[in-house]
Amino acid sequence: MSDDVLIEARDLSVHYPLRGGGLFGPKPVVRAVESVNLDIGKGNFFGLVGESGSGKTTLGKALLRAAPITRGSVQYDDGDAQYALTNLMGKDLKDYRKRAQLIFQDPYAALSPRMTVRDIIAEPLEVMGLTSSREETDERVREIAAKCRLNLEHLRRFPHAFSGGQRQRISIARALVSKPQFVVADESVAALDVSIQADVLNLLQEIQQEMGLTFLFISHDLSVVAHICDHVAVMYLGRLVETAPTRELFSAPKHPYTKALLSAIPSLDPDDRGKAQKLEGEIPSPTNQPSGCKFHTRCPYVTDLCRKEEPILQHSSDGHEVACHRWEELMD
Amino acid sequence: MTRLLDVENLTLQFDTDEGRITAVDNVSFSLEAGEVMGLVGESGSGKSVTAKSVMKLNPSNAIYSDNTNITLHLDSGPVDIMSLKTSTDLQVVRGGAISMIFQEPMASFAPAISIGSQMVEQLQIHTDMNAKRAQEVSIEMLDRVGISDASSRFKQFAFELSGGMRQRAMIAMALSTKPKLLIADEPTTALDVTIQAQVIDLMKDLVDDFGMGIVFITHDLGVIAQTADKVAVMYLGRLVEQGTVRDVIRNPAHPYTKGLIAALPQLDDLDTPLTPIPGDIPSPLERPSGCVFNTRCSANLGERCSSAIPEFLKVTDDHQVACHLYDEGASK
Ligand SMILES: Nc1ncnc2c1ncn2[C@@H]1O[C@H](COP(=O)(O)OP(=O)(O)OP(=O)(O)O)[C@@H](O)[C@H]1O
Ligand SMILES: Nc1ncnc2c1ncn2[C@@H]1O[C@H](COP(=O)(O)OP(=O)(O)O)[C@@H](O)[C@H]1O
Ligand code: SF4
Ligand code: SF4
Ligand SMILES: [Mg+2]
Ligand SMILES: [Mg+2]
Repeated sequence: MSDDVLIEARDLSVHYPLRGGGLFGPKPVVRAVESVNLDIGKGNFFGLVGESGSGKTTLGKALLRAAPITRGSVQYDDGDAQYALTNLMGKDLKDYRKRAQLIFQDPYAALSPRMTVRDIIAEPLEVMGLTSSREETDERVREIAAKCRLNLEHLRRFPHAFSGGQRQRISIARALVSKPQFVVADESVAALDVSIQADVLNLLQEIQQEMGLTFLFISHDLSVVAHICDHVAVMYLGRLVETAPTRELFSAPKHPYTKALLSAIPSLDPDDRGKAQKLEGEIPSPTNQPSGCKFHTRCPYVTDLCRKEEPILQHSSDGHEVACHRWEELMD
Repeated sequence: MTRLLDVENLTLQFDTDEGRITAVDNVSFSLEAGEVMGLVGESGSGKSVTAKSVMKLNPSNAIYSDNTNITLHLDSGPVDIMSLKTSTDLQVVRGGAISMIFQEPMASFAPAISIGSQMVEQLQIHTDMNAKRAQEVSIEMLDRVGISDASSRFKQFAFELSGGMRQRAMIAMALSTKPKLLIADEPTTALDVTIQAQVIDLMKDLVDDFGMGIVFITHDLGVIAQTADKVAVMYLGRLVEQGTVRDVIRNPAHPYTKGLIAALPQLDDLDTPLTPIPGDIPSPLERPSGCVFNTRCSANLGERCSSAIPEFLKVTDDHQVACHLYDEGASK
């Protein structure tokens, strides 16, 4: 594992058993994540995009060891500590949780209504036993609250009194109070007001730089990812289909799915109407996956080979990887 | 052009435990047949409440002002919505002349009744079709919105469909009665961009085919740019700017509209930092006096903005703004 890589996933698969499966023959499974190879560099702001159900949350959880790893490996190495996640248990798993945290970005679901903001933020410190006195805990809470631009007056209040943006800052403070190295931010609610969204994105970026964190930022919204991430991976039906540095991915996308996603973003120019290249149909069910390339049922460039053989993620240019049989032909 | 809807001085308050709140304050707009009007604004600005008023669909704690006047112009003559009292009267508009697509598609389908039975029932209430014909029309409509294998989908329950399909089924149901006016409340917010693009296309086709008018509520300005003919921007219960989609998006006049656009992550400009609108939307219990936006406005003129409510002024013939910066003699 190279020095500048924090997380390295190899052939990572997460399968969930399906309830009520057949008594005979193989048990049906949901193949939520399938054979993913991924490197997340130290200090990266790494974006993960794809349609609903593509496996983004599941992959994020697997990297936190919060989803079962069915096959493959995940290595973590921040210089101070190394972990092999597949068989991580007991104390090692607890230690890993101090270094790897999840931010729930659904500001309405995540916060317990009966706890004060101070207690919400302090809870991880207490659960992990990271502080030895109430004073120390309070000090850590105040420090992170200030970083997250929360008013110290607010620490005594209950979360229902806060707006969506403030709640998000509370969630962020809670995730960061244990001083993790690796943070997964799962933006499961895409419907945030643009102004709150801009504020939270700016805050995340500031904190990431200040604390030298590595982020995995999961989002439906490609425009958001374009603004905040330095690397992006595109997921489809449990697979990574393309990864690249952000600017490269947005200026020269290579996978037909990435191209379709980009062109579906509604343009702010009223005269651009109807220019979008329309993607027909929906993402197939992960229990009943198509043969060959998983995108072939919707791809305008499908050939017989695509239906038979699954393309693997291959190096196409510096730091850019793509899984498509025809990417080179389709370049022009 | 044929006038379809006139909303004049719509003012709506709610009696709540914490006091009486003003959700909509003196809102006026009109819509022609075949026209799409976008209604934008942050959450809590009163978009949904305004839309529901057009069908008098707000709960019983809603109090309309005496001078509120909503007129729906049908072939048979004008209908004064506020004067409709009994549910039989209201049925003429609800689900008949006016259909609504709700923010949450699950909410519009009863969970234990198949999609088909619900569509048939609605058609039988609002048209003189017999059951057999109603079933044919429903299946035709499901097919029309791009649901493949419509006759078997017809028998399914809402929870058995994916998000995108459920949204299409809801559109099919809303349109099966051939309404004159469609109110679409965030119809694409919960969808992936790819499915959103499909739904937007579909709605545009249907405007062309049926000539209905649409009030399209969303907080996504890109979606507005791609669908609407004209736009009204709402903040804390008031309209602050309205005009053609080109005027408002290309040359926004109101500081709030400008703020919404500056907060938007745009793909063709990755270098300009995202600029949130400072502060949070005030609670409707604490509506600022004068201009409702004055607590967050960086162009605030002081005394004038905090005491006098700005009137609508012309920017161009089809573009109006309510802001003191545009008052005659105001120093800009
Ligand atoms: N605990 C579970 N048991 C069974 N199936 C699961 C479980 N969690 C996720 N899945 C399935 O795995 C697939 C991937 O789900 P996941 O939540 O990772 O998608 P996602 O990309 O995060 O989607 P969204 O954008 O909607 O959040 C889906 O088909 C989902 O239904
Ligand atoms: N039934 C109700 N009782 C009391 N207040 C309500 C009710 N419905 C909406 N409101 C309030 O009216 C305001 C406008 O709400 P809404 O129209 O839902 O906003 P939007 O759709 O723009 O997000 C909000 O402050 C909301 O809390
Ligand atoms: S492998 Fe074939 S089907 Fe898959 S994305 Fe490439 S061209 Fe399309
Ligand atoms: S009226 Fe005053 S406070 Fe309101 S938007 Fe205009 S300048 Fe700002
Ligand atoms: Mg998810
Ligand atoms: Mg609403």
